[in-house]
Amino acid sequence: MATIGPLARIARLGSSICRNHRLSFNRSTQRRGIASCVDPSHGLTDEQKEFQKMAFDFAANEMAPHMSEWDQKEIFPVETMRKAAQLGFGGIYVQPEVGGSGLSRLDTSIIFEALSTGCVSTTAYISIHNMCAWMIDTFGNNEQRERFCPDLCLMDKFASYCLTEPGSGSDAASLLTTAQLKGDHYIVNGSKAFISGGGDTDVYIVMCRTGGKGPKGISCLVVEKGTPGLSFGKKEKKVGWNSQPTRAVIFEDCAVPVINRLGEEGQGFNMAMRGLNGGRINIASCSLGAAHASVQLARDHLLVRKQFGETLSNNQYLQFKLAEMATKLVASRLMVREAATALQENRSDAVSLCSMAKLFATDECFNICNDALQMHGGYGYLKDYAVQQFVRDIRVHQILEGTNEVMRMIISRNLLTES
Amino acid sequence: MSGRVLVGVKRVIDYAVKIRVKPDNSCVVTDGVKHSMNPFCEIAVEEAVKMKEKKLIKEVVVVSCGPQQVMETIRTALAMGADRGIHVEVTGKDYENLGPLQVSKIMAALAKKEEALLVILGKQAIDDDCNQTGQMTAALLDWPQGTFASELSMEGDKIKVVREIDGGLETVKINTPAVITADLRLNTPRYATLPNIMKAKKKKIANVKPADLGVDITSRLEVLRVDEPAQREAGVKVETVDDLMARLKEAGRI
Repeated sequence: MATIGPLARIARLGSSICRNHRLSFNRSTQRRGIASCVDPSHGLTDEQKEFQKMAFDFAANEMAPHMSEWDQKEIFPVETMRKAAQLGFGGIYVQPEVGGSGLSRLDTSIIFEALSTGCVSTTAYISIHNMCAWMIDTFGNNEQRERFCPDLCLMDKFASYCLTEPGSGSDAASLLTTAQLKGDHYIVNGSKAFISGGGDTDVYIVMCRTGGKGPKGISCLVVEKGTPGLSFGKKEKKVGWNSQPTRAVIFEDCAVPVINRLGEEGQGFNMAMRGLNGGRINIASCSLGAAHASVQLARDHLLVRKQFGETLSNNQYLQFKLAEMATKLVASRLMVREAATALQENRSDAVSLCSMAKLFATDECFNICNDALQMHGGYGYLKDYAVQQFVRDIRVHQILEGTNEVMRMIISRNLLTES
Repeated sequence: MSGRVLVGVKRVIDYAVKIRVKPDNSCVVTDGVKHSMNPFCEIAVEEAVKMKEKKLIKEVVVVSCGPQQVMETIRTALAMGADRGIHVEVTGKDYENLGPLQVSKIMAALAKKEEALLVILGKQAIDDDCNQTGQMTAALLDWPQGTFASELSMEGDKIKVVREIDGGLETVKINTPAVITADLRLNTPRYATLPNIMKAKKKKIANVKPADLGVDITSRLEVLRVDEPAQREAGVKVETVDDLMARLKEAGRI
């Protein structure tokens, strides 16, 4: 090994085998090397850049290589999520005294955006889990916080959020699951639909009716798996989000201790709405990650694929299209980060900004991923290529956490209500 | 002995970046390009932190030479578990010309100043692939060296090092204080955790200049020109082994 050349190649190979890195080039969904206009680290503090770098590394090494398998085999990657929890991702904005990382909403958005480049579906579940841990941390009493939060932050236990029912989606306040007080227990009857993680998780945050009709009659109960009367429907077959199981959650005379109620009776709906503000930023952040990864993939493809004697990157239509995609990505990112900042500062425009950011980012990012798929031509349609999974996985972000139509309701109400 | 380990870390262009040479062929483009810690330096930091966790040593001090930007690299090491950092400030032309000889002089001076038990470095940097700093540092200090380490164990006041060499694996036992350079299979570097990244903010990074350490960093080398490797040419297919032999002889390869 006398010459420098082979040494350099071996050193580079050696360093690229480091940490079991991506093995095949066309599966590479994450390029840390891009220092360009879509670099998501622009404008961040040094500390945020550290969080982001670490999340990107975790996504590239621990998630991206498995993203396709988790999707095709519908695997709930418990071990990988536990590894993520070891790094502090189980309760990112939960208080440190109960095991959380105590970070801000903006830090959280940056982290989910980075993790999402490795697997949208898994990151989305992690964000739901985080929201549940936060709800207990914020609205629970000290006994409840100490009972549930440490296990959730380490992901020794997993959580699910139960609001939606077969008969109440957008019209969440009309939910029918009842909880009747009998002594020191609530007897819960009803069913919840489309519950992420349902059946495989341990702790269920359930919104149910303890009082009269409408939002004021809703309370929040924490139901643990194994409680008699708690059962699950069949695992749904979905277009995307396949690394998390989705099931109906069924309550038949399920007795839940009163000490599992978060806050007072009638406060449930308020908690749900407050939880959704953060949840919307989280889901929008997941869309950002998918769009970022898709723009990288499209860019790489354009530089490699040749037709009519030159690479696609010389085609002005595609150049302009890529520019539009990049512009929409950065615009979405700015909205989401501003909404996160508004939420953590408790600004008066926080709720509408979160709705606007969710609406804009989920719509635009879906279009970006879809355009990226188109740029791949026929290859974009094959499951060997990651771009189709990004498209399928983020399609649902325009529907859940409040449909984009409901986002428009919130925003128009803000505009048209006399102040 | 202080039970202190000095770890050198280098900020290099990220391994995933496609490098380009400047149009004037003076050097590689570094402006605006993503940088990160040299992968072998990450392995060195990890090993030092592991030794501290096993209570074999007491303190991990991480050192980096360069301009303000190397503070990022030092902070990454602090987030991995190093206790404090030393930023040796070298800027401008001095930084461009900074090579293994200069860095090893600095490391040697710091090793003496900090009364280090061990100096652990990456075996080489992925930008210049010199593979010299560890060896030169040991020579300047007149300390034993265990390079290309794929396994380390403390045995009393000696260190057993399993080295990866061309012929396979070689085990040596060396006295401390010593210089170790980390090879690929020594360990798998940990991810910094969110709490550790936040704790790292409070850890101290001292600022020193080479002159403060009495080190002369003038370079003895002058880079004349940097070129990209020759474009790979198409190969030629041959029908028989005889053909192959004839072609190879023709090309002067055998």
